[in-house]
Amino acid sequence: MLGLLWLIPALPFASALVLMLSGSRFPRKAATALGVGSIGISAVVTILVAASFFTAPPPDHSYTQLLWTWINVGGFNPEIALRLDALSLVMVLVVTFVGFLIHVYSAEFMMEDEGHSRFFAYMNLFVASMITLLLGDNLLLLMLGWEGVGLCSYLLIGFWYREPANGHAARKAFVVTRVGDTLMLIGLLLLFTQLGTLQIHDLMQRASERWPAGSGYAVAAALLLLGGAVGKSAQLPLQVWLPDAMAGPTPTSALIHAATMVTAGVYLIARTHVLFSLAPAAQLAVALVGAGTLLLAGCSALTQPDIKRALAYSTVSQIGYMFLALGVGAWQAALFHFFTHAFFKALLFLGAGVIINALHDEHNIFKMGGLRKELPVAFWTFLIAGCSLAGLPFFTAGFFSKDLIIWEAWSADHGHPGFWIAGMVGALLTSLYTFRLIFRVFFGPLGTPVTKRPGYTMTIPLAVLALFSFGAGYLKEPLLGFLHSALPATIEARTGGMTEAGSEAVAAVVFLVGLYLAYLFHLRKRSLAEAAVSNPVGSLLHRWWFADWGFDWVYDKVFVLPFIWAAQINKSDFIDAFYTGVARLADLFYRGLSRTESGRLRWYAAGVAVGSVVFLAMVLFR
Amino acid sequence: MRNGLLLAGILFSLGLTSLLVRRNLIFVLMSLEVMLNAAGLAFVVAGARWHQADGQIMFLFILAMAAAEVAVGLALAVEIYRRFKSLDVDKLSNMKG
Repeated sequence: MLGLLWLIPALPFASALVLMLSGSRFPRKAATALGVGSIGISAVVTILVAASFFTAPPPDHSYTQLLWTWINVGGFNPEIALRLDALSLVMVLVVTFVGFLIHVYSAEFMMEDEGHSRFFAYMNLFVASMITLLLGDNLLLLMLGWEGVGLCSYLLIGFWYREPANGHAARKAFVVTRVGDTLMLIGLLLLFTQLGTLQIHDLMQRASERWPAGSGYAVAAALLLLGGAVGKSAQLPLQVWLPDAMAGPTPTSALIHAATMVTAGVYLIARTHVLFSLAPAAQLAVALVGAGTLLLAGCSALTQPDIKRALAYSTVSQIGYMFLALGVGAWQAALFHFFTHAFFKALLFLGAGVIINALHDEHNIFKMGGLRKELPVAFWTFLIAGCSLAGLPFFTAGFFSKDLIIWEAWSADHGHPGFWIAGMVGALLTSLYTFRLIFRVFFGPLGTPVTKRPGYTMTIPLAVLALFSFGAGYLKEPLLGFLHSALPATIEARTGGMTEAGSEAVAAVVFLVGLYLAYLFHLRKRSLAEAAVSNPVGSLLHRWWFADWGFDWVYDKVFVLPFIWAAQINKSDFIDAFYTGVARLADLFYRGLSRTESGRLRWYAAGVAVGSVVFLAMVLFR
Repeated sequence: MRNGLLLAGILFSLGLTSLLVRRNLIFVLMSLEVMLNAAGLAFVVAGARWHQADGQIMFLFILAMAAAEVAVGLALAVEIYRRFKSLDVDKLSNMKG
């Protein structure tokens, strides 16, 4: 069964190829069936592979399938090889399973859209690239998948390309992630020149043999890889692209910009965890980036009126939690949070898609309200996912995974009480912004009337995801045990002063405080929220947070404007002047020569005569 | 030898001059004939000087070419006259650059 591994990326890739080349010639239903079906079969194959992996684990808990040698020049011979171990298996399971549900949902969501075969082509290509990223045996193949998902992200953000703002958002996402990708590429080159291989397993072994802990090379390589991860996962300071990426269709936001692609950075760091363990400084940087991002993005999420942008900031903030977990050495907790987050955040986005569709493209939560009775399926599933995100104690998946991270931020060997406090404040913000959305959208007086209700193909994926958002938490112990073969367990170093139960109790209280504050401000006394925003300090904070702490403004001033200025003054530099001169000279010759073409036969004859006389003279009197 | 070449040179120059000066297409064609015959004369004279048959063979080639050229040229002249009601070559300057 493990031999079927290559089919998992190959099926979506083949379907993407067919749809791209001749998708517009297919009838709508056939294109949809191909797009959804290929992911479905891929998911089934994944489950078969996983089943045989569970029942008869291969030696060393990893299975490598060599397809062919990619390049072979002078000792540099990366292979196209897929490597399955506990880490990649969990990720691939989530990607294909959640991806399949989102594809089913999109079948109805995109039915009316004129570009729907293009949509499925891009989505399938995305799934294929994402699986390549996850299963890649060497960092170069991983990079191929990494760039592939970046490309699909770009294509899907700008999917409705007739709107210039969407194209702008797509370019912004591409350019900002490119900053990270460049750092990552430099990191790859550094690793290859120093260690002579890009095969991940060998690389990690050689790194731990040759580099002592804290050596300069290890820190530099880890920081460069962190740069790539920060760009792809929209972490501080490159988080600015993700909220704008919401310009794409909602299933895209659910699949790419919530559940899978943006967690590629988490995967990269978990995959190279040996390297990060060798570089405590880089690992501290990971934790600081995570803690900073989760707080900043949480604050920004509080101020967004657009439901999708609020969810996007929430995604940024939740990935901040995963980075925090990676930074303190709680590798398994980070993966567990990825696992639960993929379900509930995809569900939140799909629910938002139902709402936006039902209200005729209304994104503003302040114009919604009272949808509890109107869209019951969306309400209940959104509520379950929201509770999971906010961490409703002792039941939901989000509570188990988030509180594991917060606890290990305290207790792990790289943990610190400061990280614990950051995690708790983040939990308060999470609870607050989640219930702000729920109270504004589903409760209160009816806002915009409902014009369209979702069909079964949209509600069934919601229901399945809701089941997992609720139940995935009970998979905690088996999942952590399973990951043990790929990721080391957290080293519990600090046990005094706090217990896991105590931390969970505090988290539960924090959840309730957030819930109560959201209830107070956004349901019971809505005037309080307006009062908070209208006083000078509140309004300043609101505007500051709303503008994402001014990151866009700073980048505009520091990078974009100087670049435009330099481009403008550079327009007439020496090189350009030279080429303009060449063009002018050609133009001059053209005008002169065209003057001689007078159309008068006798002048031509005279020209021939004079020319031959001159040449004869040259020959004779040489 | 000398006299023959001199005659050919004078004939060629006369032909060229009238080609450049004349505006009537028929006269242009005639002056072309003069120039071709001048060239042919030069070949014949050279062949006689070195006792070679090549000069006369070349003259036959020139003759055949001149006949073909006149046939095409006169046909063009008839067509041009039909189209423009004139044989003035300076008026046929539609193809200027």
